Amino acid sequence: MEVLVFLIPASLGLGALGLLAFLWSLRNRQYEDPKGDAERILSDEWDDRPKP
Amino acid sequence: MADATAQGGGQFAGGLRAVAEAEHPGRLSACPACDAAPLAEALARSGPARGDIMLSVPAVHCAACIVAVERALNAAPGVHAARVNLSLRRVIIDAEAGIGAADLIAVLDRIGYEAHELDPGALTATAADRQGRDILMRVGVAGFAMMNIMILSVAVWSGADAATRDMFHWISGAIALPTVAFAGQPFFSSAWRALRAGRLGMDVPISLALILASAISVFETLHSGHHAYFDAAVMLCFFLLVGRYLDYRTRAVARSAAEELTALEVPRAVRLTDGAEQTVRVADLAPGDLVLVRPGGRIPADGIVDEGGSEIDRSLLTGESAPVAARPGDVVSAGEVNLTGPLTLRVTAAGRDSSLARLTALVAAAESARGRYTSVADRASRAYAPVVHLMALTSFLGWLWVTRDARLSLNVAAAVLIITCPCALGLAVPAVVTAASGRLFRRGLLIKDGTALERLAEVDTVVFDKTGTLTMGTPRVAANALPPEAQPVAAALAAGSAHPLSRALAAALEVAPAALDDLREVPGYGVEGRWQGQLVRLGRADWTGAADDAPGAATWLRIGEAVHRVDFTDSLRPGAAEAVASLRAAGLRVLMLSGDGQGAVADIAARLAIPEWRAGVTPQDKAAAVAALTRSGARVLMVGDGLNDTAALASAHASISPASALDAARVASDMVLVGSSLAPVPEAVGVARAAARRIRENFALSILYNIVAVPFAVAGLATPLIAALAMSLSSISVTLNALRLR
Repeated sequence: MEVLVFLIPASLGLGALGLLAFLWSLRNRQYEDPKGDAERILSDEWDDRPKP
Repeated sequence: MADATAQGGGQFAGGLRAVAEAEHPGRLSACPACDAAPLAEALARSGPARGDIMLSVPAVHCAACIVAVERALNAAPGVHAARVNLSLRRVIIDAEAGIGAADLIAVLDRIGYEAHELDPGALTATAADRQGRDILMRVGVAGFAMMNIMILSVAVWSGADAATRDMFHWISGAIALPTVAFAGQPFFSSAWRALRAGRLGMDVPISLALILASAISVFETLHSGHHAYFDAAVMLCFFLLVGRYLDYRTRAVARSAAEELTALEVPRAVRLTDGAEQTVRVADLAPGDLVLVRPGGRIPADGIVDEGGSEIDRSLLTGESAPVAARPGDVVSAGEVNLTGPLTLRVTAAGRDSSLARLTALVAAAESARGRYTSVADRASRAYAPVVHLMALTSFLGWLWVTRDARLSLNVAAAVLIITCPCALGLAVPAVVTAASGRLFRRGLLIKDGTALERLAEVDTVVFDKTGTLTMGTPRVAANALPPEAQPVAAALAAGSAHPLSRALAAALEVAPAALDDLREVPGYGVEGRWQGQLVRLGRADWTGAADDAPGAATWLRIGEAVHRVDFTDSLRPGAAEAVASLRAAGLRVLMLSGDGQGAVADIAARLAIPEWRAGVTPQDKAAAVAALTRSGARVLMVGDGLNDTAALASAHASISPASALDAARVASDMVLVGSSLAPVPEAVGVARAAARRIRENFALSILYNIVAVPFAVAGLATPLIAALAMSLSSISVTLNALRLR
């Protein structure tokens, strides 16, 4: 059962990472326009390089 | 704002109207002029410092549209950045100070997108956004905590014991306690408020279950007990927060749509000061001011015509479809539309004193009658909360009496509270309302009020207004009785005026216009010119020298000495006939009440096959007729657009107005039709009935699940595993049942 010493921190760490990613996306207002973001991926503007 | 939010949570799905009122005390008043004054003040305070311009672009719907709109706007001079929000169908533009909304609307118009300026002061999007993000964050935290605890709990359920189980319980507790404290805040604060007010809302048993489950679990963990309910507490939080979020989303979409309709009409007037024209806000007008109203403009305040002659359309105020002449000395009211010539008015009453605002009292009185409606969710929670508390208390006392073991008895009581906790009940209404209003939104119907769908489902009588609701309010040539040689002349004369009757005549005549000399419009009378040396006139009966003066919308064509009459009827709104037919087919009683004259109303009633109608009805009569119907046991759906309908809209059981309605009428109604067709009305009734059925099914489902699970809990057989299974199964089945509506 010694393996738990690694597994539990690892699982909690991954969970915390996911939570942080979610909070970051929330702060970045990524849920403001879900419909628009779904459509924007279809546009061919800035396909070759990122928008400056 | 935060205060109102938490309270919104506390009221369960019901009582939303009260919350909306608390958040936007001004928005729900029926008087746009009263709204305009504080709005203008707020704008004056904020100043024009920010260069952000907000436009509503209803036609944007795809990736190509986004690219086209953004490219066109970014290419326009003075624009720093433009970004389309497809969910809200808006574009937000960061522009230099000198750039106005009108310039950008022109840019979009050139590439074929209709755009309207939105008044950013009337949109409280930012505050609502923050509230939405707040709930979403709590959902996220509860979700992640739930997943982690569930992983640990699976180990416990599958047989971890002794030190391992204790350790898992300790870790679960370390995750669960802060999560419950943070994610459960909306429930705790509203439960506290309910208790202080001496009520037992739905949030009291929820909070009690959360606190009791956490406390018992900590106690059990300390004494290395077998069962800890940390996972149940967090799961409860998660599912209930999802219900809250759905609830919030529905309200936010409806509110932003309603605000958008208000923000579209930036009320402005042209004031004449020492002969100089000056554009001011309607709120700034004072009695005694001189105001210029151009043809096509809406009259901003009550007044007396000082100069000019024209015709005015008062259909929104009275329901009359025929225009009325206006000459110096005539009294005009706010809300009427000036048709032909420019008018200068001396303002007699503005803002709060105007006739527009005077209808407010009528509306407010009628609205308070409807405010007493209690939603299904409210009634359910009122019956449910005492039963839950009583059951938990009884099982605690019963077990204590039989076993004399306080620890075991508390465990059983906590299990009962968790099992009966209205997880599915909390999702039952919001999930259905979200699905139903989403479906109606796609069909072009905005639902402004949380209980509107429920009330619409109970409707058995539909009352329509005529002008502007069943008809478009735009005239159409009834029968072209003009002799062939007169038609080119009529076409040429009609093309010379922007009067609605002229435009309708010009559109109806399919001949090349004759060449006329000295064509000129005489405001208030008509158009005249010379054709082959003869005087030709198109206009009012007395001006063209017509002998007959039968009532009805008509114009007269005079060529030399011969006078021809052209009759007009109102064109039907698209979908009106189908809407009336399918409402009647669905077994609803359909009535028409109109302020217009007998002939016009009878004609429309015959064309739409409406058996019951009344003509020449005043606004008070309309409200009284609706009240009388209500007294006789009918549940009335009122569909209307004019100021004369506002009181009736507010007093009806449910109400719908088209987007072309005056803002007072839109504010007074529960639902707004975005498109021009009336076809969504019968569909809305159908969807509302289906939604009411789904809500009842959902309640039945969660009660059934309680009937099955509660005996286990009371008997002390409910383990955390059973609680977790039952809770998630019932929540998911309720949500899936709701999704069948889409």
